[in-house]
Amino acid sequence: MMNRRNLLKMMAMTGSLVIPVGRQAWAAVGDDSTATKRKLVVVMLRGAADGLNVVAPYGDANYARLRPTIGLARPGQDGGVLDLDGYFGLHPALASLQPLWEQKKLAFIHASGSPDATRSHFDAQDYLESGTPGRKSTQDGWLNRLLTVLPGTTSPTRAISVGPLMPRILTGRAPATNLAAGAAGTKESILDRPKIGSAFDQMYQSSDKFASTYQEGRDAHKEVMTASMKDEMRAADGGAPLPNGFPNDAAHLAKLMRNDPKIQIAFVALGGWDTHAYQGNGKGQLANRLAPLGQGLATLAQGLGPVFDDTIIVVMSEFGRTARQNGNGGTDHGHGNVMWVLGGGVAGGKVYGDWQGLGDGQLHEGRDLPVTTDFRSVLAKVSERHLRLSDQQLMQVFPEMPISKAGLNFMLG
Amino acid sequence: MKLPIRLAAFAILSISAWATTAAPLSGDQQALHVLDRLGYGPKPGDIERVKQMGIDRYIDAQLEPETIPLPAALTQRLSMLETSNESAGEVLAEFLAVRKVANDGDEAAKQKRREVVGKIVEQNAEARLARAIDSPRQLEEVMVDFWFNHFNVFAGKGLDRALVGSYERDAIRPYVLGSFRDLLGATAKHPAMLFYLDNWLSTSADYQPPQLRRNAAQGQKAKATGLNENYARELMELHTLGVDGGYSQKDVTELARMLTGWTFEPRDLVRNNHTFRFDAQRHDMGDKEWLGHHIGAQGQGEGEFALDVLAMHPSTAHHLSYELAQYFVQDNPSPELVERLSKRYLATNGNIREVLRTLFHSPEFMASANVGAKFKTPYQFVISAARASQAPITNVRPLLGVLNQLGMPLYGAQTPDGYKNTQAAWLNPDALTRRITFATALAAGRLPLNKMPGNDDKAAGAPAVAAQPLDAVMLLNTLGPAISGKTRATIDNNPQALRAAMVLGSPDFMQR
Repeated sequence: MMNRRNLLKMMAMTGSLVIPVGRQAWAAVGDDSTATKRKLVVVMLRGAADGLNVVAPYGDANYARLRPTIGLARPGQDGGVLDLDGYFGLHPALASLQPLWEQKKLAFIHASGSPDATRSHFDAQDYLESGTPGRKSTQDGWLNRLLTVLPGTTSPTRAISVGPLMPRILTGRAPATNLAAGAAGTKESILDRPKIGSAFDQMYQSSDKFASTYQEGRDAHKEVMTASMKDEMRAADGGAPLPNGFPNDAAHLAKLMRNDPKIQIAFVALGGWDTHAYQGNGKGQLANRLAPLGQGLATLAQGLGPVFDDTIIVVMSEFGRTARQNGNGGTDHGHGNVMWVLGGGVAGGKVYGDWQGLGDGQLHEGRDLPVTTDFRSVLAKVSERHLRLSDQQLMQVFPEMPISKAGLNFMLG
Repeated sequence: MKLPIRLAAFAILSISAWATTAAPLSGDQQALHVLDRLGYGPKPGDIERVKQMGIDRYIDAQLEPETIPLPAALTQRLSMLETSNESAGEVLAEFLAVRKVANDGDEAAKQKRREVVGKIVEQNAEARLARAIDSPRQLEEVMVDFWFNHFNVFAGKGLDRALVGSYERDAIRPYVLGSFRDLLGATAKHPAMLFYLDNWLSTSADYQPPQLRRNAAQGQKAKATGLNENYARELMELHTLGVDGGYSQKDVTELARMLTGWTFEPRDLVRNNHTFRFDAQRHDMGDKEWLGHHIGAQGQGEGEFALDVLAMHPSTAHHLSYELAQYFVQDNPSPELVERLSKRYLATNGNIREVLRTLFHSPEFMASANVGAKFKTPYQFVISAARASQAPITNVRPLLGVLNQLGMPLYGAQTPDGYKNTQAAWLNPDALTRRITFATALAAGRLPLNKMPGNDDKAAGAPAVAAQPLDAVMLLNTLGPAISGKTRATIDNNPQALRAAMVLGSPDFMQR
């Protein structure tokens, strides 16, 4: 069903689709799509999201005691949690994820996090991205090391990050690219004009420092433009424009991933989780952050369509927050947190992890949720089951990782 | 992104070898280097001026900015920016007035709020950018950027939208080359920092707020009933000791207790411009054990003592020296240089000017391997392009726009660690394309830089007054050895109309 406008658009585009783009074999779409069939999306919440109010242990009497004003109410009450399993409840602002929970495509791993006890945002984020907690000398990020062990050839868009910066997690030997958030990432560039493009190509080709980064940008841009135009033709379903921010980016990302089979890894970082004061309960600051996050994840899952079955989405944050609320209706820096896993291959509808309760004797240093599951165990399980990494490959991505004996069976198969 | 790692390793290996064997820098290269590092790059004629003056004299003059007169045009322009000449209390009053009215929902009130907040944002930005581009006290402007970033506050958080201008003017700018202890104290007591890192709310655990206060701003305060460790942690981790500076979680909590009562009253700030208040009622009077010191109850003196200890701590000396060396020399500064700067810091009681003097006269600073070794941050890139092109700029919006696109919005770093200044942080595929796009638009005269941002918002985006395209020959003369022979040859092989864009979008101009 193609209307006249779309037909014209397609005819106008055909020219650009067949232009050869140099040495890179990016145009050979399809050859490698089996290697990149299984996708991974990592969403990182920078600033230490309060996991105890994301998946709240309302069934533990200590919870309400530790959080008299910010604690979430029990299910069924005003502003109460959405019951998950009779003990844990989901923040009401995440109602958009409830269908995925019910379809068993969403799971949580509670009391997970880094074995390193730092309460510095910046060190903890660094460890979460390098995949080597406690070791600062690691140069590359674990997602980049993952790229180096995955089978198949790597095109410039095999791994993409949404946003103006290249995150630590994707830094390293394998090429990766970043796209501006929102529609700007798929807009025409000044370098698309042949004379200008060729002038800058000449200058950058011979630059020792910047040639490869420049070329990665050029190649990725062409690929993404192709994928996004393809979508405009196909998706007359377009849908209503989404609110700005993460839901919007998630919609774009879903389209790109659906249209460009070579995109295998995607990364998005979201800030604003450092709620030291007035974080609110069912409503308020944290709720206002969680709502678009939930909407964005639901949009991503939906927008991926059949690709969602081959996708795992992991949501993680550098550490959790104090079990006890502080003097200002907020929480300070803590330790254990909750990790979220969504996707077709998830044995969802369940909260996993070794949960020990919030009694005074259970808290880490008398204040925080202890870490009973190393974040690397979760990521390794995804890499092993979903991306089919061998033990040896796993050791390259997560060197020095202690072998986990815990039965973390949150993946099907 | 393959490059950073390889390059970092390469740079470390090469310094010791090159520093001794490489040919000494030419006069032009030295002049360019100090203009690129002590400032935001050359304006037309600057390289010649610095050569005539002599490199050492130029450095010494930059270290004494009060000896360098400001051009009348700049002074005149700054004097016309209402907001930047108002007190913190006055700006906050305007801000709160429109916020309160707009909350009632009237469309006219919302429009008024947009205007008032827009004016505050725009004038703060204009003051900062006009100085960075046009002040001959370039090092002062570089240090304002450096220290603001070190003591970052985020303008997007509540009241800080109104307070950030005063923060920079009153708590940062006067101290950028002075005593670190003074700078530390000024930031600790400024309402922008007290608000941003929540210390204004932090109280002793048993504090009972007075019940009968109804004022909206104080309504928030009335909820303050216990400790908040946000500021205390970042004070040690980011502002002073550094994350590995040797403190524990207990030290964080104890320092937070020592700083209870360091606050401000929004109403008192609006009415009387009282920017800081020590509230003894909120202060935790108990004994504390902090960093090996036993602290008895001394009220505000406890916090002052903490700042004294932190300012002169060897970990702080090391942390600041590393940051300065990384900013001014290269991304992985040598431990020897950092050690030398640390010693100087401790020997001069934390005198920033003297530490910088040592740095600028160090062999590492002038080593040829370190020339051009820094990848410009988006801010440095934009300001240096504006300086080199000498485009008349009455409208800073296009510059603010490109800073947003490049991921470095002015006053927009959300987290207290501010922005990084390394190549690994800023070099990425999208960034290069966007920098080239900006360079091309600037060179073609397509940015509406010389149009007064007016009352007519619809026209603001249109390039109403056609600016002159830039002249590539003029740019190349201005930048001298910044643009290599190889790059010049490629530029010469391309059409005249593209050459200026190629200069400002060249790989050479990405670095300093």
